[in-house]
Amino acid sequence: MVEHGRKMINLNADVAIIGGGPAGLAAAISAHENGAKNVIVLDRNSWLGGILPQCIHDGFGVEETGTSMTGPEYAEMYIKAARKKGINFMNETMVLQFDKNRKIIAVNKKGLHEIKAKSIVLAMGCREKTRWNIMIPGDRPSGIYTAGVAQAFINLYNIMVGKNVVILGSGDVGLIMARRLKFEGANVLGVVEILPYASGLPRNVVQCLDDYDIPLYLNHTVTYVKGKERLESVTIAQVDEKMNIIPGTEREIKCDTLLLSLGLIPENELSKNVKIELDDLTGGPIINQSFETSLSGVFACGNCLQVYDTVDTLSMDAKVAGENAAKKSVKQNKFINVKAGKGIRYVVPQRINEPGKIHFTLRVEKPCESPTLHVISDGIELLKKKLPWANPANTVEFDIDISAEVVKYKDLEVILDD
Amino acid sequence: MTDEKKITCIVCPIGCKILVKIDGKHFELVDGNKCKRGIDYAISEALDPRRMLTSSVLVKNGEWPLVSVKSSKPVPKNKIVSVLNEIKKASVNAPVKSGQVVLNNVADTKIDIVATKSIKK
Repeated sequence: MVEHGRKMINLNADVAIIGGGPAGLAAAISAHENGAKNVIVLDRNSWLGGILPQCIHDGFGVEETGTSMTGPEYAEMYIKAARKKGINFMNETMVLQFDKNRKIIAVNKKGLHEIKAKSIVLAMGCREKTRWNIMIPGDRPSGIYTAGVAQAFINLYNIMVGKNVVILGSGDVGLIMARRLKFEGANVLGVVEILPYASGLPRNVVQCLDDYDIPLYLNHTVTYVKGKERLESVTIAQVDEKMNIIPGTEREIKCDTLLLSLGLIPENELSKNVKIELDDLTGGPIINQSFETSLSGVFACGNCLQVYDTVDTLSMDAKVAGENAAKKSVKQNKFINVKAGKGIRYVVPQRINEPGKIHFTLRVEKPCESPTLHVISDGIELLKKKLPWANPANTVEFDIDISAEVVKYKDLEVILDD
Repeated sequence: MTDEKKITCIVCPIGCKILVKIDGKHFELVDGNKCKRGIDYAISEALDPRRMLTSSVLVKNGEWPLVSVKSSKPVPKNKIVSVLNEIKKASVNAPVKSGQVVLNNVADTKIDIVATKSIKK
């Protein structure tokens, strides 16, 4: 193929990884350790580590390594390890598409590249929900940011976003940013959460809000945004248990900045383009126990698969995905489904096509004390596990030995009894 | 006088609710921790609360305008504001190496402020 008189640059890879964030790095290292000699990581940014360099707070790596690191330190640990192995990084390179035969088209300053890969690992990460995902009525002034964008402005580019700040949504990024803004001298007027509980981790509620007396308004939401050019005020109101606004509870708060921490959406434009089956509940590709998607030879890991609580579990799973990408893919023709039943928001993997010890990750619907987890297949209980507690902010993980017999059955169902 | 306090552990993502009894300097763990690290945290939180501090420092002539930093040890809670004020006044010349001490004995705490990222010129 010829573009503007220039030839397509042709490359081959044993494993090509789309995204050089924590998932892509972990998958690359693991693929290399498991025999893939030619591993290429493609990333749009000029740096590696994805979002980690802007996550300057600590708490990374506690579960994985036993020590608490900051985001940049955690990233550096993986980047060093990957460089040592001679993994090929292509930064400032944008993947435009890939096809069913795992031929990737990517572009950078040198031109168009065609990369033929034996396997592909998807590690594109996720995006933040915006004002338009929840349709907040009102004006369209400046001063409204997603929490992660504000984090990049402040921590990477030294640009302060505002003086008097309201944060909508109590996801971890929102909580971390409440403290960060306070440190930078802003007046943080409160965090507004529509649910009756915080969506972020308990430790972040304590060390980001409670420590600095930042109010958390549970069962509240923003009902109106006002401002001609710059944001002038937001109106917040209380909601009932059905999340309907309770009339008469509206209150106007004068502020110049609104941060949105509304949750994250797995990024899968490339997956959709090649018709990889997605799970409506996770927003990521449907995978089997090997992290292989519905397209043979294409694997998924990291936040484009499911939004993880911590980078630790994300990396550990991404290593398994990388390992499987280095090995031959499993034939996909026969499989059983894993269903999220009562009390469960989602389960990963969604499919099983081989017996063995299988690691599951799930998220529950709502917080509860000492619930019981059941895994059932064709009327037979494979697992019954009492949990001390369950919270949608913390994923639940467990392993089950799945026999060849079970893989022949119809489906697996996971339910939570509270 | 004995004080009962419910402390949310911040060591790991679980966030155990640990119940403690404090009587002046005397401390008694009642219930709630799932691991040993929780005991250490609860003792510290009840008697001498401290936090790891992370922020950023201005970089001169670097490829990025800021370098991320952390405290070498957890900072006593009542010293956080004075430590932050010192961090705000500081600047460092590129190149910066991750692990490099940016501020020594910050605000007389015997704690250093250390770069957590390398910044090229």
